[in-house]
Amino acid sequence: MSINIRIRNAVKRYGQNTIIPNLSLDIKESEFFTLLGPSGCGKTTLLRMIAGFNSIEGGDLFFNNKCINLIDPAKRNIGMVFQNYAIFPHLSVKNNVAFGLKNRKYPKEKIESETSKFLELMKIDQFKDRMPDKLSGGQQQRVALARALVVQPDVLLMDEPLSNLDAKLRVEMRQTIKEIQRRLEITTVYVTHDQEEAMAISDRIAVMKDGVIQHIGKPKDIYQRPANLFVASFIGRTNLLDAVAAVEGGRMVLTFKDGFRLPLNRIKAEHMKGQNVIVSIRPEEFVITDDPDNSMKGVIDSSVFLGLNTHYFIHLDSGAQLEIVSESKIDEIIPEKSRVFLNVKAEKINVFTEDGSRNILEGVNNDAEAFGEA
Amino acid sequence: MARKKLFDVWAVVYLAIFVAYALFLIYPMFTVLRNSVVGENGSFSMEWFAKFFSTKYYSQTLIHSFNVTIATTILSLIIGVPLAYFYNLYELKGKMLIQVLIILCSMSAPFIGAYAWIQLLGRMGIVTVFFKNAFGITIPNIYGFNGIVLVLTLQLYPLVFLYVSGALKNIDNSLLEASDNLGCTGMARFFKVIIPLCMPTILAAALLVFMRAFADFGTPLLIGEGYRVFPVEIYAQFLGETGSNYSFAAAISVIAIIITAVIFLIQKVLSNRFSFTMNALHPIERKEAKGVKGFLMHLFTYAIVGLAFLPQLYIVYQSFQNTSGKLFKPGYSLSSYKTAIQRLGESIPNTFVIGGIALVAVVFLGILIAYLVVRRSNIITQTIDTMSMLPYIIPGSVVGIALVMAFNSKPIVLTGTITIMVIALCIRRLPYTIRSSVAILQQIPLTTEEAAISLGASKMKVFFTITVPMMSNGIISGAILSWVTIITELSTSIILYNSRTVTLTVAVYTFVTRGNYGYAAALATVLTALTTVSLLIFMKVSKSKEITF
Repeated sequence: MSINIRIRNAVKRYGQNTIIPNLSLDIKESEFFTLLGPSGCGKTTLLRMIAGFNSIEGGDLFFNNKCINLIDPAKRNIGMVFQNYAIFPHLSVKNNVAFGLKNRKYPKEKIESETSKFLELMKIDQFKDRMPDKLSGGQQQRVALARALVVQPDVLLMDEPLSNLDAKLRVEMRQTIKEIQRRLEITTVYVTHDQEEAMAISDRIAVMKDGVIQHIGKPKDIYQRPANLFVASFIGRTNLLDAVAAVEGGRMVLTFKDGFRLPLNRIKAEHMKGQNVIVSIRPEEFVITDDPDNSMKGVIDSSVFLGLNTHYFIHLDSGAQLEIVSESKIDEIIPEKSRVFLNVKAEKINVFTEDGSRNILEGVNNDAEAFGEA
Repeated sequence: MARKKLFDVWAVVYLAIFVAYALFLIYPMFTVLRNSVVGENGSFSMEWFAKFFSTKYYSQTLIHSFNVTIATTILSLIIGVPLAYFYNLYELKGKMLIQVLIILCSMSAPFIGAYAWIQLLGRMGIVTVFFKNAFGITIPNIYGFNGIVLVLTLQLYPLVFLYVSGALKNIDNSLLEASDNLGCTGMARFFKVIIPLCMPTILAAALLVFMRAFADFGTPLLIGEGYRVFPVEIYAQFLGETGSNYSFAAAISVIAIIITAVIFLIQKVLSNRFSFTMNALHPIERKEAKGVKGFLMHLFTYAIVGLAFLPQLYIVYQSFQNTSGKLFKPGYSLSSYKTAIQRLGESIPNTFVIGGIALVAVVFLGILIAYLVVRRSNIITQTIDTMSMLPYIIPGSVVGIALVMAFNSKPIVLTGTITIMVIALCIRRLPYTIRSSVAILQQIPLTTEEAAISLGASKMKVFFTITVPMMSNGIISGAILSWVTIITELSTSIILYNSRTVTLTVAVYTFVTRGNYGYAAALATVLTALTTVSLLIFMKVSKSKEITF
């Protein structure tokens, strides 16, 4: 049985400090939902509010239709995985996993069988009699996950569970977490500041900043059609260029500082007007061309060869600094100080209002808009 | 909106502890304060303070106390700091034994050292007599100032040694290498790099030595003779042969507390100014002690440790000598043990019962209070924290006097009971236990407890099945140290005991004052054996081998 989570107008304050001013969101049944944002954005605070470790100063939390604001953390039936794993150091692996079942006063045989089942599921049954200090980081992580899941929680909460692991193990573990979550179909809330990890693992992502949700959407939506300038620059890398938009013959045409002109389709009707805009062009959305006519012009300052791709750092004649990526070719890397001409993949770029608060293109899928945010 | 829960198990716990502290610490201290300002005719009066400061006979004790305490503190630093330096920077031969002996010295009751030194260097002491007969040399007088400072220094330098050793372990080897590399080596490095780095610790150790020396009363009582110091005067006024004067004793106690409080605050200010954090990734590696320098280092270390341990050895030796009345006779037997046990044998079970109950209470309360302070910080738990630290600056004899004044008349009469002895020991030991438990608890991440809560454990269950077991290592080693300080405690027990609650230290003290040195030696040896066994267990249990007082 899986549940959905609804958060309505949640407020979190510490003394005079408001961490979360007014936050609403819906998490669907069996969904893998990630809270993503820079440190201090309130994502862990929100997770701990769901867990019950932080009080809620305003608004309501619902599991299905039940308000859980005042329910003791011990009674919320939540599985939680902590950043430092929080394995009980004085208990063996098996007793760590069995701890929650014992609190629920299950019969001995049931405790035995459930514990073994999850030790096997997490592939740690061969360590079951070891003490935690004899385990590697990855193994401890598996114990923490088994311990959280064995009690068949309604919700699984994970607070940056992979940040203490090395890069290779991180990729391996996130795959494991995702597979287990799919298999058990458990509603999961996951907190991370690593956007690549968030995209790899999540069904949907909520990008947060200063306690406010900026964008909720599928990884693809968030990367390709970010709701605002913050989301565009936080997720992946991007280049930001100022431009002037004008409506010419029913189309919008952008004019960049060095005179490069770019006609655009699919502008939201309410934004079809002359205005200053900020254009976000990701490194892979540039194309190096031979066409000197309608193109941006610049000089290569340096290059980095990374195998699959080569990154070029360029300054335009207008003074703007750019990073672009192109697939590595078998020919020579373009030498430094070379003059290059650049065009862009117009259908991929994003255009924001001058204050950066809105994307003026169509096709932005932002579930946070349902609550009047972003 | 959030509605706070009305009932929390922990709230009951901290309210109970709060009431206990108010009753057994604040109320007695208030009684002392009240008594100190009650004049002979029963009305408010500052006459006792006036009497103390205007009569040279009394005010002199204050000067004497300062002389003794300052001399002891300086000498302890002069001995303890270089000893710690040699011990931690160089490979000394027999270093395990050195450490055990140093700790043992610090843990024996000081007055036992005092009476052993009288046996060695007193008027009829064997060393005095030997030098007089063999060479015609008269050894300087051991009684008075010299004797008190000798005994207290040899008793208290181990605190400096242990504290500074701890600080040296936190100095990263690279700091010393950098200093060498910049041309600052040897003595210059010791004074310009090592001493400043250890300054906060040295100040803390100096404060502890000062407090102990200032409050110690067994030593000056035995070896001070005409050199009268402060704590002895409090005791004399309280239980004086010429009739007790509670109000005057209370007034002197108030003066004592004011002085220790001022010293404590000065130390706080000073150590804040010098404080910084260090964390050694690469602790100092011990170098070999070679050549003349090495020889001198070994000589210094062995001489100090030997000198400090000598009285202990001599007492053990004496306990096996035959006695006749108060005199020692040739030949060896266990007769001193037999007689001592016949006369005051109940002191051994008493020590175990009183010490045992106090220990359980201290450990239990220490953990509870530490937990409340760290995990449930609010105005009441913070107040408990502050109150629990008060006895740190209150001399032991004052704690004893306060309890007697508060509980020897209705509504609550406790004097002469085991209860009051246990309460006194708890009050005096708790500041140390709470500090160390707080330190342990701060190392344990909160998330471990939250994990248990999210898995459905109740608050009490989390505390007893998760928090306490995780603290257990530190708790056990802390408990053993508490045990040792409890069984060697004298200054409070001597005021609170009666014929049914005589403890080992009180029994030894009684025999010493009666001149039954053989019996005193026998019980003192029992005490030393208990201390040694406890210490060995401690070293076995404690992984860190760090000792904090």
